[in-house]
Parts: sequence; structure tokens; C-alpha cells
Amino acid sequence: MYRNDMTRKEIERAFAERSPDDERLIRSLENCDRRHFLSVSMKFFGMAAAASIVPAHAFTLVNVANAAEGGAPPFRFAYVSDTHLYAKGMDHRFAKAAIKAVEDVNALDPQPDFVLFGGDLAQLGKPDELALGQQILKGLKAPVRMMVGEHDWYLDLGEKWKSMFGDDHYSFDHKGVHFVVLNSVVEKDFWTAKGYSNEERMAIVSGLDDSRQSPFEVGEPQRDWLAKDLAKVDKNTPLIVFSHSPLYKLYRGWNFWTDDAEQVQAILKPFKTVSVIHGHTHQLLTNRIGNIHFHGMLSTAWPWPYAPKGLPEYTVQMYRPDPFNQLDGCGNGTVDVIAGGRVNKNYSLWSRNPRIVTAKELEGKSLPGGGYKGPSY
Amino acid sequence: MRHVAARILGGSAALTATAALALALGVDSGNAVADDVLTRTVWACDHRKQVVVEGVAPDAKLDPARAQLVADILSDLMRYCEEEITAEVGLDQRITIRANGKVYERWTPGAPIPTLRVSFGEPTDREKAIWQAELDKLVKEGDRLFHSDEVGKNGVACAMCHPNASNTHPETYPKFQTQLKKVVQLRDMVNWCIQNPLEGTPLAADDAKMQALESYILAQRKGVALEIGKH
Repeated sequence: MYRNDMTRKEIERAFAERSPDDERLIRSLENCDRRHFLSVSMKFFGMAAAASIVPAHAFTLVNVANAAEGGAPPFRFAYVSDTHLYAKGMDHRFAKAAIKAVEDVNALDPQPDFVLFGGDLAQLGKPDELALGQQILKGLKAPVRMMVGEHDWYLDLGEKWKSMFGDDHYSFDHKGVHFVVLNSVVEKDFWTAKGYSNEERMAIVSGLDDSRQSPFEVGEPQRDWLAKDLAKVDKNTPLIVFSHSPLYKLYRGWNFWTDDAEQVQAILKPFKTVSVIHGHTHQLLTNRIGNIHFHGMLSTAWPWPYAPKGLPEYTVQMYRPDPFNQLDGCGNGTVDVIAGGRVNKNYSLWSRNPRIVTAKELEGKSLPGGGYKGPSY
Repeated sequence: MRHVAARILGGSAALTATAALALALGVDSGNAVADDVLTRTVWACDHRKQVVVEGVAPDAKLDPARAQLVADILSDLMRYCEEEITAEVGLDQRITIRANGKVYERWTPGAPIPTLRVSFGEPTDREKAIWQAELDKLVKEGDRLFHSDEVGKNGVACAMCHPNASNTHPETYPKFQTQLKKVVQLRDMVNWCIQNPLEGTPLAADDAKMQALESYILAQRKGVALEIGKH
């Protein structure tokens, strides 16, 4: 409930300075109706002002208020993504980062309803890498939903991954929201004609800027499956789609791209409320196309630079990370599903203040302070 | 401007040619072989290179030492495929070389080895293609290393954080690197990355791998204005 656009420092300070009365107030929020909410939010406003926290609207607890007004109940899930593990033991820098993410998520109180793993568990799709990832993710207290990334897939075209984690695309329902998990990193066969070995194919796909590979796509079989899956779902049911690549066309050169994005978006378009949560881009990345909100996830391993072109107006870039700090620009995060099924996306950056992109912010033409101002690198 | 250099080695009197950037020497109009001196001309198989030996009748047989000298000169001159080159071996043993009708150097055995201008004015397309190919080779090797796990020791490659060498901004070096608290060159940051995220061994500045990496990184920023010191 402290997670609006407060900085971490502000949150810590607010907690440190709360009185027994404040404590009772905070606890009373757990079962708060609209009228009660208004009264306590006014008290919070006073608390915030007394603690010299500016802006005081950080305390307005919009999510709780909206939830009390009906629609889907609010809930939270967490995400860990793009761990890119090598089978080099638990002391390897990427393994340590993945473990940190697990510890972060386990420290959330209350625990998230589930944890989405956003793909690219392994670096080169090797069984040992996937096994290390599985072992690390087993440390999560909350249930885990797995998604595949290209680094998991192109050594054996998903054989090992599927044997460990199940289908690469599936759907489920949770608290009134229909969730869909896609494998959006399908590539047309570029290897057979060239005679590439499995290892070469994996190495090529693992190179973000390797132009020998094909663009990512969801592909016709999965699009057909998606259309059928969604045919059963009421158009007013909030939809949250997980994909590894962004389900739009940002920058082809780095496969920040899904080649059949328009066709997939067309399938999602009839739904009133759609959010896409994707991995692969390792950065703060926000977009909106019509009724579809798009949010990128952070990587635990390293941050990518922003693409030289194509960045959406909705994205507020993070300043380039400090190379001397392994954790900077990396992290994990949470997604708050608010009333009506929209999401507030929280980037828990390990070395910076958290950044929350709210559904409300995405209602405008661009994010405040957003807009692409040219290459960031 | 680019010159093809010809070097004439004193001891063996063999003439070797190397493609290299060279200091330009003055060009003079030269003196053609006097009319009354007998000359024996030997042509290379491309009919573009010839060696004119003074003091030998046109149809006379060369003595073995001169024949060897002529062969050495011709095989060196053949490196300049497109040029029409004449080498004159004078009575005084001096060798005069003319390219495309112009004299460009004389050499006397025992004198310092001259560096010669061959391509007058603009380089030819062929020359430019060769130089580009040489550069591309280095950049390609840098590209390979930049994307390879062999520079470091933990599997991490440069391109994993810097696709297309993005976020390397080589045009801003040298600059005060705040984290290192001193002014550094691009290669110092390359070495920092090799030692830290890649957990490898730093490269010497003249290491072929470092030269290739720097070449690749710089090649990705061709056309970007130099902004030394920018943060």
C-alpha cells in the first residue's frame, strides 16, 4: 500500500516515523470500504504532510479505493526475468543476481499471488543451465508461472525446456483475469539451409545484434490457438498476456520486435482491457497501442541500452546504468492488478529508486516526462 | 593521400615493394636513357613492367648476375598490377624507376633505402578496395572478439551489454572516468570491462586483440562527431 510513486527513501522514512496510531490506521486499511478509505486517506495526507513528504498524493492509495468500487479484486503478482544463467555454479555473477531476485520476491509481505518468470532462464539453452535456473527458482515461496525465451529454446528447439517446465504456451484464470502465456520467440528456419549446428544456431540467436537470425514471431499455429482460447472468454474480462518479446515492433535489429505483432494485436483488440508484460528488453519500457498496455520487465543479469530508434512515446528512459555497479539497471518487480483489470507496473531497480508506471499514466498521449529524444547511447 | 612504396635493398640489390603509407619524396622529370647507349629490355608477362638494362645489346644474352637482378626487379614490380612501370639499370648500377611515364626514384647501391611515391594524386578504386578490405578484416576480427566469450573467463561477452557496440561512446574518450578517478582512454575502459564483468585478463595496448576490439568499436561510430571528455 505504500507503493505509489514514492521513492524507496520516502517509504522507509514513512515507516520509520510512524506512530502507534498510524500503525492502527495502516492495519485498518486491510478491510477498507470506500467511505472508510476517504477518511483514512485524509489522515494519511496529514501524516505525510507532518512528515514533510512531498508530494502527499503518494499516499492516496488509489488501488485500494478502486478495488472497493467493484470489478476484479486487486491482487499482485511478482516477476523475475532474463536471468541468462551459465552452468558455472552459484557463485557466478548471474547466478548470484538470480538468487537476489528470489530473495527479494520472498521478502514481499504479503506474498504475491504468483511469480511470473519472463524467459531467458539460460544463456545458451544448455540442460545444466536450465537445471541451475530451476534449482534457483525452486527457492521462491510463491507459485511460479514459466515463460520461455530464445536463450532457452534454440539449442534443442525447446525439447529440454518443455520436459522441465511444460507447454511453452498456455492460459489460466486468476481472480477474474484471464492470463495467456505465449512463446513469442519463434523464428523461421534460418539454420537448415546454411547447415548450422544446434550450437551455432543457439549462438546466433543468443547474439542480440546477430543479423543472421530471423525475426521473432508468435506464428500461425499459436495465433490460431490464441484465437480459440480467447473465443471462450467474455470481451469484458481483463486480459493479461505474457510474451518474451514485446508484442509490437520496436527495433528489428535487436529483435525488440514481434514480426506478426499486428495479427496478434488484432486478436487481442476486441477485449476491453488488455495488458502485455514482456521480457527480452532488460529496461524500463512502456507502450500503449489502442486498448493494449505494454510493459517491459527488468533483467537480473544486465541492462540493455535503449534501441537507436523506435522507442515509444510512452517510455521514460532510465539514465544509462553505471557499468561499475553490476546491479545498476537490473532488478525484478511486481505487477499490481487494479480494479477493472488494468495494471500498475513496478520496476524494483536494485540500485535506484523504484519506478512505478500506472495504468492512469498510460491514459494520456504519452507519459509525463516521456517521449523519445533521440539515441540514448 | 596514399603512396605505394618501393624499397631497394642494398646488399642483394634486390628490389622489394611493400604497400604502406609512406613519406612522399620529390618527383623530378628524370633523364631518359641516352640514344647512343645500347639497351636490352626484358618485359614482364603482363606487358606492363619492363626492365631496361643499359650497356647490353638488344639481342644479347644477360650475364647470370644481371639476369637475376632483372628477375628480382620484375617480380617486385609485378605487385603493382595496374601500373606501367619501367626500371632502368644504368651503366653506373643505379636503378631508375618510372611509373606511368614519370620518374619517381633513383637509387644508388649503398645509399639509404628510399621510400617511393607510386600512385600520383588520388588513389585508384582498386587501391581503396584493398585498404578497405584490410580494415574490414581487422574490424571483423574485433566484431568476432566482441561477441565471443574468449576475451573473458566467465562466459560473458562484450556485446551482451553493448549490442552493436552501443553505449560504448568511443568518441567521448579520453575523458575523466569518474569511477576510476582519472582520465582514461577507450582501451582502459575495454580493459576494465574485461577484468570485471568478463572476469578476464587485461590486454596490452598493442595486443592484436585490443587493436581489433578498438577498431570494431570505433567502426560502429563512424561519422559521429568527436566529443572528447563528454559525459
